[in-house]
Amino acid sequence: VTKVKVDREKCQGHARCAALAPELFVLDALGNAREAGDGTVPEALIEKAYLAKANCPELAIEVIEEKA
Amino acid sequence: MSTRPPVNDWATDFDHLDPRWIENPYPIWEELREKCPVAHTERFRGVYFPSRYDDVRAVAYDTENFSSRRIIVRETPPPRIPAPPITSDPPEHRPAKNLLLPAFTPDAIKRYEQHTRDICGKLVARFADKGGCDAAVDYAQEIPVRVIAVMLGLPEEEGDRFRTWIHEILELGITRPDVLMKAIGETTKYFQAEIEKRRSAPRDDLISQLMEAKIDGAPITEDHLLGAMRLILIAGIDTTWSAIGSCFWHLAQHSQDRQRLVADPALIPTAVEEFLRAYAPVTMAREVIKDTTIGGCPMKPGQMVLLSFPAANRDPAVFKDADRVVIDRKENRHAAFGLGIHRCIGSNLARMEITVALQEWLKRIPEFHLDPAAKVTWSEGTVRGPRKLPVIFN
Repeated sequence: VTKVKVDREKCQGHARCAALAPELFVLDALGNAREAGDGTVPEALIEKAYLAKANCPELAIEVIEEKA
Repeated sequence: MSTRPPVNDWATDFDHLDPRWIENPYPIWEELREKCPVAHTERFRGVYFPSRYDDVRAVAYDTENFSSRRIIVRETPPPRIPAPPITSDPPEHRPAKNLLLPAFTPDAIKRYEQHTRDICGKLVARFADKGGCDAAVDYAQEIPVRVIAVMLGLPEEEGDRFRTWIHEILELGITRPDVLMKAIGETTKYFQAEIEKRRSAPRDDLISQLMEAKIDGAPITEDHLLGAMRLILIAGIDTTWSAIGSCFWHLAQHSQDRQRLVADPALIPTAVEEFLRAYAPVTMAREVIKDTTIGGCPMKPGQMVLLSFPAANRDPAVFKDADRVVIDRKENRHAAFGLGIHRCIGSNLARMEITVALQEWLKRIPEFHLDPAAKVTWSEGTVRGPRKLPVIFN
């Protein structure tokens, strides 16, 4: 299972993740990001998850590959 | 400007008002990155200039040793002019920033998109049939000023007045404290009158919203309110105008990129990120408040640091082909809007305006190039963008 996780301490609300992978990230009322739901990434969106990670200026996004 | 002593060595005597730095700073920064990654000058009473991404990042993150109470390098320090949250340090910074953030989320900004489109469409219609225009004067500079006016609830026709203040505060004010203080005094009076108008009759605008704002249950002070309004006005106009201008400066000289965006408008948002990286308009500054070391360079309290996000964005250690504009660059962790707690509050607004400005122009004017008979001129100071950009439509 692949999951994304936003480090809420590091996130400064650049909102790149929500623009590039709106299925995987949501913004709160202040515009700071968190992962949608429990962060599980459907197979088809794995590339988008890595794209979001690669575009976060604060290095706040982790993509975790969990062994089932 | 011509009266400034010439720079002989960028590493030990740089001057960001030098005509060469204003015209094309990138080769200077490249040389510094190789030879002396943290440059210093005795000018402006002492300033450091880190040119590598990692060092810029380290300063931006370090609020213990670096303060935002002064964010512009000037010849003489003026009395402190607070514009929270940009001039705030922790712990005051967070509540001041949270006050403004909800008005600037991507969703909140969508409210202004159609209006921005209308503004751009009307501007383009003025010159589309004329064979050419000044893309900076007739287009780029006219967009953000109107959008910010709408947000704050001020008349859109006041653009000239706002631009004059910005020019006085950010450019002339670097060397002329009298001009700076005059402009600050005028903005204060202007905003006080706008606050007064809304006391009895609140409106559906950001000024009225801020007048209601509370921190820890207490209304914010008038000084805080005036500072925040001044910040939104100043930070939201010439920055975005510069960014838009640089996009057109690039596209006027790179027909392949231009044709690609015309053929595939879906690529525009990705291209905007690359333009923001390569031509980031904003350099901030910090005051050193404790003895510290950055990139091996000891820094002394009381001196300033130019925090060059534009230089960080050109660092080849972080960005492949850093000096090439690659409009479909996929991995683009650029720092155009800053890093750390002072991330530009208007980043979502700026992105929307730049994107819409490109879309609306390219729809009507797909072919254009620089006017070979005219000269492009650039702003002075720490917001970089073209101020004259004459183009001819093919």
